This record gives sequence, C-alpha cells and structure tokens, in this order.
Amino acid sequence: MSAGIDLENVVCDFGDFRAVDHVNVSIKPGEFFSFLGPSGCGKTTILRMISGFTEPTQGIIRIGGQDVRGQRPNQRPTALIFQNLALFPLMTVWENIAFGLEVRGVDKAKRRARADELLRLVDLPGAADKYPSQLSGGQRQRVAIARALAVEPAVMLLDEPLSALDLKLRQHMRAELRAIQKRTGVTFIYITHDQGEALAMSDRVGVMSQGRIQQVADPREIYNNPVNGFVASFVGENNIFDGTVVNPANGMAGYETALGTFRARLGALATGKGVKLFVRPEHTAISLTAAAENSVPVTISEVSFEGSFISIQGKAAGGTTLVAEIRNDGAATVPAIGSAAFMSFDPARAAILPDAETRR
Amino acid sequence: MQDLIRRYGVGLTGLMVLLVAFWLLMLVIIPNITLFESSFRPYLPVVEMGGPKDVYSPNNYLKVFDGSVETTILGMTFMVPVHIRTFFLTIWYSVTVTLACFVLAYPVAFYLAKIANPKSVPTLLLLLFVPLWVSEVLRAFAWWIILALKGPLNSLLLSLSLIDKPVRWITDYDAVLIGLVYTYILFMLFPIYNAISSLDTNQIEAAEDLGASRWRIHWRIVLPHSKPGIASGAVMVFMLSAGSLLVPSILGSTTSQWFTQTIQQWMNDALDWNTASAYAFLLLFLCTAFVSLVMWIFRVKLSDIAK
Repeated sequence: MSAGIDLENVVCDFGDFRAVDHVNVSIKPGEFFSFLGPSGCGKTTILRMISGFTEPTQGIIRIGGQDVRGQRPNQRPTALIFQNLALFPLMTVWENIAFGLEVRGVDKAKRRARADELLRLVDLPGAADKYPSQLSGGQRQRVAIARALAVEPAVMLLDEPLSALDLKLRQHMRAELRAIQKRTGVTFIYITHDQGEALAMSDRVGVMSQGRIQQVADPREIYNNPVNGFVASFVGENNIFDGTVVNPANGMAGYETALGTFRARLGALATGKGVKLFVRPEHTAISLTAAAENSVPVTISEVSFEGSFISIQGKAAGGTTLVAEIRNDGAATVPAIGSAAFMSFDPARAAILPDAETRR
Repeated sequence: MQDLIRRYGVGLTGLMVLLVAFWLLMLVIIPNITLFESSFRPYLPVVEMGGPKDVYSPNNYLKVFDGSVETTILGMTFMVPVHIRTFFLTIWYSVTVTLACFVLAYPVAFYLAKIANPKSVPTLLLLLFVPLWVSEVLRAFAWWIILALKGPLNSLLLSLSLIDKPVRWITDYDAVLIGLVYTYILFMLFPIYNAISSLDTNQIEAAEDLGASRWRIHWRIVLPHSKPGIASGAVMVFMLSAGSLLVPSILGSTTSQWFTQTIQQWMNDALDWNTASAYAFLLLFLCTAFVSLVMWIFRVKLSDIAK
C-alpha cells in the first residue's frame, strides 16, 4: 500500500515569484526520497503541492499514476508531518492518533485498539492517555508519525520534522524514521536543508536551488559526483579554485589558475562562465615535499582537532586558504602552525564543474 | 511595587497608585456599598429617616414576589409574580441575543482570522468599528426608524417582493432583540477573533490532511480552541444585554418590559430608591449566578476568560 509520485514539468508561481520551476521527478513506490536545499529553494512548495494545499501553476502531479490536480488534501492518499508537528493540544495522544479514523467513522473501540497498535509501532506504549504537552520533543515526534500512519497513507510527506530536536535526539530519530519507513513500506518524501540528514536516510536525494532540481541521485553519487558547483558546495565542504579549462581530453582536463595548472576530471556541461575546480578537504593530502602533480605550497595557518579527524588550514600564495582533513588514527603527525608544507590532490578526486543550473 | 518605584520614581508611582485607588474606592466600591446598604432600609419620609422605623430588613427584596399575573408556558398556565416574570423574560431574551450574536459573529471572526488577506484585515476591522463612533442612543433611534411600519426596511422588502404587506417589527420583544444584537455583537466578535487568530493554521491543515471535512475541523479543532474567547464574548454580551436600559426603552413595545426598566421605574417613577437598589442587586447576583452555572456546565474557568 504505497504509491509512486510523478512530477511532470511542475511550475508554481506566487505572483511574480517563481517558487518551483519546471520540476521533473519520478519517485518510486516505497522509496525514501529527500528534497534537499537551502530555505526558499521551493522544496516546501513541492511538498504542499503533493499534499494538495497548493495547486501547481503548470504541470501534472501524479500519485500512484493518477492525476491528483483539483483534489483537496482530505481526498489525497498522502499524510503530511508538519515542521511544528501540529499535534492537537486539546486531545489526548490516542485521540490525536485516531483522529484520521474518527473522521472516517471508525467506532471508538477499534480506534483505540489501532492507536495502541501504532503507539507500539513507534515505540511509545503507555502514552495513550497523556496530552501532547506532557511529552518530550522526541515523543511528540513519534506521536505525529503515528497519527500520519493511522490513515494508512500511500505517501508520507515530512517537512523538516527533526529540525526542532537537539543533535543527539535528531541522530536517533533519523535511524528511527528510516526503520519505520522500512517496516511500513510507505513512500517517504522528506524535506530538509540538512545535508547530513538527507544523505544518511534517503534512498535518493533531489538537490534543489532557486526552484530547480539540480541533481537527483543516490546519496553516494550526490556526494562523490556532484553535477555542478551548487551541489558540490551545498553538500559537503570544498577547496575551490578559479581558472580556465585547458586541453580537455577523455573526461580529464587541465585547469589554469594563479596557483599553477592542475589536472582534474571534467564534469559534463563544464563550459563557459562560472566553471570552477572543486576538491573535498578529505581528498586533499598534506606533505612536506611536493607531490608529482596538483601540488600547492602553503604555510600552515590553523590546525583544529575535531576528534575523529584533524582539519588543517594552509595559506597559499595570493591569500587563498586551502583545507585538508586527515583521519585521526591516533598517530597522525600534524605540522606546526607557521611551517611550510604542500597540499595536493589526486586528479581523479577533483572535478571541474559548471555553476548551478538556473532559469531557462 | 519595588519594580514600579525603581522604574518611574516615587512621585509618578504614588500618583498612579492614588488614581487607581480613587477609581476603585470612589467610583466602584463606595457607590456599591451605599446602594447595598440602602437596599435593606425601608423607603421613609425624610423626617422618619434614622427614626425607630428605619431598621434593616429584606422586605425590599421580597417585593419581587408581589402582584401575580397569568403566564402561559408550553400551553400550561401559571400564576407568576409580575417582576419575576419580567426577570425571567429578561434572562431568556438575553440568552437569545447571546446565541444570535455567536451565530453571526463566529463565521465573521473565522473569516477575519484565517481566510481574509492579512493586508485587508485592518481595513475590515476599521469598518466594523465605524458604527461605534456614533452614540448608542442615536444608533438605537436609527433602528427605530429603520424598523418602523412605513420605514426603510419594509419598503425595501416590499420593493424586492419578499413580503406582500409591511411587517410590524416593533412589537413584543422583536425590535429589542434586533437592537441588542446590533449593539453588542462586536463584544462577541473580537474575543472570538482573538482566540481564532491564536490558533496555529497548521492545526487546521493537519486536520484537513487527515481527511476531516470542513464541519469536523470546526467542531473538533477550531471551536474547542476558541472556547475561552466564545465564553468571554458570551459573558459580556449576556451581561450587557441583561443590564441594558437604553435599547429596551427606545425599541421596546407596549408588551415588552426589561428588568432594568422595572428598576428605573422604582427609582424614577416611584422615587423608591431603596427598592430600586434591592432590585439592582437582585439582577446583579442572579445574573452572576446564572453565568457561573453556564460556565460550570461548559467547563470554562474564570482564568480562561481573563486571558
């Protein structure tokens, strides 16, 4: 009992502002799909269009293959979990969970039984007769999930539901959400601006900027092979070089910068203005002697010990700051601040990427 | 107090305390105590005041049981003291006014709080306030003209062919009810508007998303949330209606009598201020008791209303 969702050329305008710009995505039944992007990128608008609170200006939305345009939220097989959860404060926990059944005319005994069953599913037995205000943030979260699951939706829509929780609980709830999704097999569509959340939980991620989908892929692909500069810099950290492409051949190219000419993978569409070279800090090595290629002499300016890794900043000629992260294996030697060193990277781990995709 | 002195200095704090004390003592407490005290004393010629006949007794209060009239309720005929009859009719029609105000104000309040474009709400609220710029006496008179047998309302309905002969509006309590609803509806509208405004719109959307119909959303989400607002609106409208003298005097008919009019007749026509005081306190106590009873039935606490 889960359905796929197809967005075909969906556009949503608010007055002169185009919140969602020709979005095409196919979400498979039973998939955990995240829309990831900064605030104002249109991800919440997409969620509201799927749930039926906002109608698209153009384009078609299909749920389970069926065009749902014109259907009110109470007619769609979706359940939305709001950012602030929107639990009903004047109802007890079990009444909250059973609300969707109550409106469907299910009798009280059955409602209560189903609510208890769902409370066990979300690992919150014994809270049935409490009020939402008596629960902690994480418990409220579970009640909201149970309330949405009670109506047996084909699709669950989650609007940054973890953003109000503290870090520890957030990490715990990530795993929990993922487990509930696997257990129920319902399609989950998750909205977040937190890249860690999206990468850790999702089967696939759609990265958005300015109303447009920049890339749709599984988390590993998004992180390792971002298609453009926006995706690369929104998901994870980078050392970024500005320059021009020279001698492209076989997917590799030279890249001329003020710090010398580097060699790196050439991304598709990496032509014209705004093309930059991106290297992840964890793919940047540090050494006392120059490497064979892609090596930059630096002066170590800052070392920060992060526990599992050590982040080292180096100042290159012209004031550019480069960051290298090395794994802390317990014996890693760290260069002293002010000392000279070389930072280098593997050409296969560096990518020349175009700017974000914007208006057509 | 310490905080006030630190913030405003001894002079300004003293002035504020003095003004509040004056207002409470001279305008609220002392007049009421005087009225209460005189309500237990007999109405005597000036020379006998303070004499042997001037003793405290509940006789003024017991006068409501004097002079019975025939009253028909649900086809059964009773003999009921005339002032008690007036009192119950006043309560009954005040309840009717309160219900009518709620039925009319709730949709408007919901529209203003949740549907209207927030930019146009100040204009709409201003439009609602404009009638208050005119004195209550004039507005009651305006209704007296509008509702007249050959007045504008009947002409309009006749010209629209909604009625075929003029309706006599100012008869029995009809015009009083119309006038009271018009005069006090804003006291119902604003508390409900405030209550609904404080409802998180996500709650309404969550209910709709879970499949609830419009009626169910109002019944289960909006109404329970706005209960304190409805309660304070209802208490205000009820108390103001039951205590209104102006509207029943101007829009009343030969067969309508409001309890406040009875008090006024004791005071102005009979010149018996002692009995008038007793009746005024009867109205106050019994209305308070009635409101408390209704609040208890609907499980509304006083602290909810004060919010």
